Amino acid sequence: MATTAPAPARSRRRAGTLPGERSLVASPSTWFVWAGMAVFLVFLLGILVTVVVDSFGKQWFDTWAPVEWTRTWYSGAWDRFELGQVIGVTVGVALAVVVISVLLGVPASYVLARRSFPGKKLVMGLFLLPILMPPITYGIPLATVMYAFGLGRTVAAVVLVNLVPSVPFVILTMTPFIEQINPSVESAARMCGASIRQVFTRVLAPLLIPGILAASILVLVRTVGMFELTFLVSGPGSDTLVVSIYRAMTSAGGGEARQLISAMAVMYTVTMLVILVVALRFVNPTQLVARVKESRDD
Amino acid sequence: MSAPRSTASLRHRLAERGIDPLLMLVLPALLFTIALFVYPFAYGIGLTFQPTAATVQKWGGGVFANYLAFFGDPFVRDSVWITMRLAVPAALFNVVLSVPVAMVLRRRFRGKRLLSSMLVLPITLGTVLTAQGLLIFAGRQGWINRALEAIGLIDEPLKLVNNYLGVMFSLIITGFPFAFLLVSSYLSGIDPSLEAAARTLGAGWWSRFRKVVLPLLAPGLATTFILTFVLAFSVFPSARLVGDPGGTTRVMALMAYRSFGEQLDYPMASTIALLMGVVELVVVAIVFAWRSLLYKGSTGGKG
Repeated sequence: MATTAPAPARSRRRAGTLPGERSLVASPSTWFVWAGMAVFLVFLLGILVTVVVDSFGKQWFDTWAPVEWTRTWYSGAWDRFELGQVIGVTVGVALAVVVISVLLGVPASYVLARRSFPGKKLVMGLFLLPILMPPITYGIPLATVMYAFGLGRTVAAVVLVNLVPSVPFVILTMTPFIEQINPSVESAARMCGASIRQVFTRVLAPLLIPGILAASILVLVRTVGMFELTFLVSGPGSDTLVVSIYRAMTSAGGGEARQLISAMAVMYTVTMLVILVVALRFVNPTQLVARVKESRDD
Repeated sequence: MSAPRSTASLRHRLAERGIDPLLMLVLPALLFTIALFVYPFAYGIGLTFQPTAATVQKWGGGVFANYLAFFGDPFVRDSVWITMRLAVPAALFNVVLSVPVAMVLRRRFRGKRLLSSMLVLPITLGTVLTAQGLLIFAGRQGWINRALEAIGLIDEPLKLVNNYLGVMFSLIITGFPFAFLLVSSYLSGIDPSLEAAARTLGAGWWSRFRKVVLPLLAPGLATTFILTFVLAFSVFPSARLVGDPGGTTRVMALMAYRSFGEQLDYPMASTIALLMGVVELVVVAIVFAWRSLLYKGSTGGKG
């Protein structure tokens, strides 16, 4: 599908263009791009399909497909790894992180977008650092502190460590978003006698909703997929889904049956897909950077 | 201007410099960052100068024993080079390749929406499922080796996982969608009429790209490179699962975790983690320095 799609489009383009005019990227390089993408998609689909096939297969060693099919791996994995509880923790942690990081981040990004004050650059730099640093760099000292405070292996610790990159992330995505809202809208509301709180709840909030949704969804996806930080502080009872899959894959003595892990991985991907599909109905991730009019030669 | 200022209240004078009650809104986030990022970080730095007795005994050097251990033990020291050898090529590959793909996908054609969502799909997979899929798909009995053997290209199965190559595949599959999304959003910020103007003046596709699009895109590419590099640099599950964690993919994160989780040597773990940050910031600083030489003006976007 993907590789056959351009052909009609190209011929249609050619009919519409002037004689002697060439497309933006000449055709050999275009075909090179398509070939590269085809390889990428083959790998991608291969990875996805093999995991799904594996999770339904009874025995699969040296044949093209499993000899027998079964659905027992799913119920097996569910009972074996207490997935009901794990998924509950994952969803709970993710929602808590989203709500708290929006509550902390949006007011801060409002100030950073609208005001200039002494030390603003320093504050901005402070918010940028947790995103630029590799998670392990601050994760290990942070986890050491958490264990010292007796918070290790608790759900609270998992929420806290995930907030460290999420709050700056919300600030950095929301600041340009707020900057592009015309400040005279707020001034007009103030002129008409609205208090600061009313400006926030009645004027700004409705304008900010799309940006907050986009940032929340990105934070949600990041938190559900976050491995490094969660892994450092979680334990039995506070593992999220990714961490339990990793633990199952690396458990001592050769580990669990491969199909059990495949079944878990499929459940993880389905969860993520549901989140993303719901998310993409509301937001366009590329909207976060200001957009200009659509390309004219479209 | 100066006369009214002298009679104004302190509050008013502060407000003129931008300090007013509204500033309080930044405080919660600031306090949070100080408590959960700055304090642990400082604590971690302090910890690196409090080596365990075992480290001091083995490496000497008093409070600097952790650093001596890091640079003295080739098993740990080489992980810096091993990490760079994985992260830099992966990040470069992802950024360079996402430019032509983003350019092609800027046009309108049938199936564009499907194709762009396919390219973004790996974000839902996560590193762990990618690792599991690669192990099965590219393993000895996997479909890749089967297909290549069936058409007679190879006699022996290729070794594609549990080595450097496996981690590279995993980094590309998880990193490319991210680079692609960023590059295409930067690309959409460049006013197409600039290119149209260049075309009117008779520029071919290559000089249009080289002289118009690329200079405008370069700062965005530098940012994309940094973000992709950060992602690839802290790779750790895939290095363990599809790599060769004892040898060619013994990355720094893995070493740090070994000290933290297996040897319970928190001071050494903090040392490796901090040095990891230092190495990464050096690369980021180099790219930022190069980026500051580039054109920074408007790209014709309204932002």
